[in-house]
Amino acid sequence: MKTTLTINGNTHALDIDPRTTLLDALRNHLDLTGSKKGCDHGQCGACTVIADGRRINSCLTLACMMDGVEITTVEGLGKPGDLSPLQDAFVRHDGFQCGYCTPGQICSATAMLEEARAGWPSAVTDNLEGETVSLGNGEISERMSGNLCRCAAYPNIVDAIREVSERKEVAE
Amino acid sequence: MNLHHKMDEADRRNRLDDMAQGVLSTPMDRPEGPLKVSGTATYAHEAQPEGMLHGVFVRAPRLGRVVEKDDAAAREMAGVEAIISGDRLLRNPAQGTANEAPIQGATEVHYVGQPVALVVADTFETARAAAQSISFEIADADRAPTDPRNYDSPEDEQSSMGDLEKAMKEAAISIDQTYTTPSHNSAAMEPHASIAHWDGEKLTLRGSYQMLKYNRNELADALGVDPENVRIVAPYVGGGFGSKLGIAPEAVAAALAAKETGRPVGVAMTRQQVFESTMRRSETKQRIRLAADANGRLSGIGHDAWVSNLPDEDYFEPVTQATPFTYRGENRMIGTHVTRVSRTCAGSVRAPGEAVGVTCFEIAMDELANAAGIDPVELRRRNIAEQDPTGDQPYSSNKLDATLTSGAAAFGWDNSCPAPSSRREGEWLIGQGMASAVRVNTLMGSKARVTLDPDGTATVETDMTDIGTGTYAILTQLTAEMLGLKPSAVEVRLGDTDHPPGAGSGGSWGAASAGSSVFLACQSLRGHIAKALGTDEKDLTLKDGQAIADNRSVPLSEILDAPLESIGEIEPGDTGDDVRQATWGAYFSEVAVNAVTGETRVRRMHGTFAAGRILNPKTARSQCLGGMTFGIGMALTEELMHDPRDGRIVNRDFAEYHLPVNADVPQLTVELLEERDPWANPMQAKGIGELGICGAAAAILNGIYNATGVRVRDLPATLDKVLAGLDD
Repeated sequence: MKTTLTINGNTHALDIDPRTTLLDALRNHLDLTGSKKGCDHGQCGACTVIADGRRINSCLTLACMMDGVEITTVEGLGKPGDLSPLQDAFVRHDGFQCGYCTPGQICSATAMLEEARAGWPSAVTDNLEGETVSLGNGEISERMSGNLCRCAAYPNIVDAIREVSERKEVAE
Repeated sequence: MNLHHKMDEADRRNRLDDMAQGVLSTPMDRPEGPLKVSGTATYAHEAQPEGMLHGVFVRAPRLGRVVEKDDAAAREMAGVEAIISGDRLLRNPAQGTANEAPIQGATEVHYVGQPVALVVADTFETARAAAQSISFEIADADRAPTDPRNYDSPEDEQSSMGDLEKAMKEAAISIDQTYTTPSHNSAAMEPHASIAHWDGEKLTLRGSYQMLKYNRNELADALGVDPENVRIVAPYVGGGFGSKLGIAPEAVAAALAAKETGRPVGVAMTRQQVFESTMRRSETKQRIRLAADANGRLSGIGHDAWVSNLPDEDYFEPVTQATPFTYRGENRMIGTHVTRVSRTCAGSVRAPGEAVGVTCFEIAMDELANAAGIDPVELRRRNIAEQDPTGDQPYSSNKLDATLTSGAAAFGWDNSCPAPSSRREGEWLIGQGMASAVRVNTLMGSKARVTLDPDGTATVETDMTDIGTGTYAILTQLTAEMLGLKPSAVEVRLGDTDHPPGAGSGGSWGAASAGSSVFLACQSLRGHIAKALGTDEKDLTLKDGQAIADNRSVPLSEILDAPLESIGEIEPGDTGDDVRQATWGAYFSEVAVNAVTGETRVRRMHGTFAAGRILNPKTARSQCLGGMTFGIGMALTEELMHDPRDGRIVNRDFAEYHLPVNADVPQLTVELLEERDPWANPMQAKGIGELGICGAAAAILNGIYNATGVRVRDLPATLDKVLAGLDD
C-alpha cells in the first residue's frame, strides 16, 4: 500500500503492507529506531511519538492512517551536540538508566508541557478552569504515567521535566 | 605488560585515593547519555542489516508432546521463507553463568508458551500472520504438576546450629509465621531480541544480553559450533534485571534461521513471549521463626523456603542466602525445599534470594519488634552480630548500624513506637515502616584492555556490558582518574566478544569486577610511564595529560612514541572465603492507606546504603532508586498469576502485570555512606545494583501494618487483603 509519511519534516514515500504499524514503519522501513517497541500494545509508552502536536503510541496506529500527519520522533527533537532542553535535562538529572524507554519519555514530556501550557487538566488538577496548569511533582508524575520505566528513573524524570517547565515559565 | 591480580589478601593501599585527576566518585553524567536521549544508541533489534528477514515465534498453547504441526497455510503465504523447529530450539533460556546450552527441543512441551517453531518471512507482518496460522496437535504426556507440591529437601541445602526448637520454647518472645511471595517478572523494557548473520562459518549475533563471555559459549553449544566462530555484540542493553543473563530462545532460533535461509534474520520476542518463555522469579513460601529474650535479643533463627522450577533445571531461588549472617542468634535452622512444576522457567530476577528472602525476614523482624514493644530500628541494632555467626568469619565490613542510624535521622523516623492505626488524615491512615537491607558481595574474574595513545587519549575494551548500570560512566571515570586524563579523552567500548572477556552484568558484581580489571590495566600503564621517567609508580602523578614526578612535568606525548597497551585481569581469591562480604543498608517509608478502599500510597521513602567506595554517586543513586521501586512493585502490585489447571501465566502483559508507574513512586531519597572495603577488590568498591531491592518491600508492608494494624503476609498487599483486615 502506498503511503506518504512526514517524519521530522521529511517526506517518505512508502509502499508497505497495510498491516504495518507506524512504529514498525519507522523501525523496519525508515531506519528511525529511536522509537522503541516495548510491548506493541500501548501499555508501556516506549513508542511515543508526536502526531500533529499530540503524543500518541505509534504501535497503536497503522502507518497508512498517518498520511498527511506531521510526525515528530525523538530524532527530530535534537541530536548529540544539539540536544533539546528536555533531552539535555534528562542527561544531567540521570532521567534514565538503560535508555530504552527514554525516547518515549522525552517525546511524551515534550508534548505534555504543551498540554499543560494549554490548560488541559489531568486527574490530579484541582482547578479545571485554569488557563494553564502549573506543573508540580504530582502533576508531572500523573501526566507521565503512560510511560513505564523499569529502571525506575521516575524521580529523576520528574526533576528533569520540572526544571525545563520552570525555566519555560520564567521565560514567558 | 599485562597485569593479573588474584584477590587473596586485603588491599588497604587505597590507591585510587592517591590519584589527582579528581573525576572518580564525582556525579559525572553518563557519557552515552546524549545517544540514549536522542534515540541514536542502538539496541539489539536495531542497525538492521540489508535484506534482513523477520522471525516470529509460535508458542505451544498447552502442555504435552507435539505430534503434528499444520503449517500448510503458512507455507503458502507469499514472503514466508522458512519454518524452523526441531531439536536445537531452546526449551528455556540458560541460567546465569551456565556457560553451556540449556535443555533443547521443541517437541516436549513443559510449560504453556514454550516456543515450538519460528516462522521466517520477508516482513514482520507476514511472519506474524503466518505464525498465527500454524496449529499443533499436542498429545498428553507425563508432566510435572502445575501447582507446587511434594517438595524435596536437598541435603546440602539444610543447615542447623544449636537447638532452635529449644530456643523457641525458652524464648520470652517468639515469632513463627509463614509468608508467601508470588512469581515475578524482570520486565526489562527492551524485549529479548537478536539479529543473526552468518559469514561462512562465522556467526555474528547482535543481542540483548548481560554476560557475553558465557552467552557466547552457550550459543555455540546450542548450535554445535566452535565458540571461536561466534561473536556476540551488545553495545546497549535495554535493561536486564537477570532476565538476560543466559542465552535465550530467540538467539538460537535467529542463528538457525539465518543459517537455513542464508540471510540475516532478526527475532524480537513479543512482550507476551518475554513473560512466558524467558524467566520468572519463583514463587516462595517462607516459614520464619524468631526466638528472642524480653529485650528483643535473638537466640534463635529459623528460615525455611519452598520454591519451584521446571524439571531438570539446577537453579533454585536462594531465598535464605543472607539469613545465616545478617543477625545474631546461636540456634539456627535454615533450609530450602524445591519442587518441579510445569511453569515458565524459574531463574534470576534482580537480587535472587535476598529480594524476597530479606523482605519476608524483615517483616518477621517487625512482628518481633511489635511483640516486644521495641522500636524496630533499635531491635535491629541490638541484633547486629560481631561476626558472621554461622561461618565464624569476620565481616569484611558491617555498616548496618551506621545505615540504620543515618537513615533514621535523614528520614525523620519516629522512634517512640507509635501504635498501629494511631494517625489518620481524613480517609487516609498514615504509618511508618522500616527494614534493613543486605546483599552478598561477589568478585568475578574479569579482563579489560586499556590503550593509551601518545595523543593523550585512552581506549578501554572489554566484553562487559552496560545494561543501564552505568558501566560506560564508571569505566570512563576510573580510566581518566588513573591515567590523569579528562573523561572526554577516554573512550569505553563494551559489549563485544571480540574484546577481552569481562565479568558481565549480574549479581551486583559488574562494576567492582570489570572496574578492577580496568584499574589493573591502568596500573600497569602507570608503571610503564613511571619507568620511562625513572621513578616509581607510586610516586607518579598523572593529571591533565601530564606525567609529574620528581619536580618534573612532562606531557604524555613526549613519553610515548607509540600506543601503550595493557590487559588487566582480576581473579577472585581467598578474600571471598576468609571474610563475610556483604553490602548493607536501611529503608524507611511513610505510607497512606485508604480506610475505605484499602489502597496504599507510598508517600515518602528513603534508603541509606553502604557499598564500599562509590564510583559515581549519580549512577549509584539511580541504581538504588531502581531497586527501591522494584520493592514498591513487590509490596503492592507485582504478581504473576498461574492458571492452576495448566500453570500458564494468565497476566502476561503490562496491562495485567502491574509495574510501578511514575505516579506510584514519590521523590525517593537515597543516601550513600562513604566506605572502603579492603577485602572486596583493589578499588575497595562493592556492588550496589541489587542492594536497593533487598528488603525494600518490607519497609512498605511494615508501614501498612503501622498505618492500619493489618499484617499482610501474602505479597503483594493488594486492596482486597488490606480491606479484609480493616475494621468497618
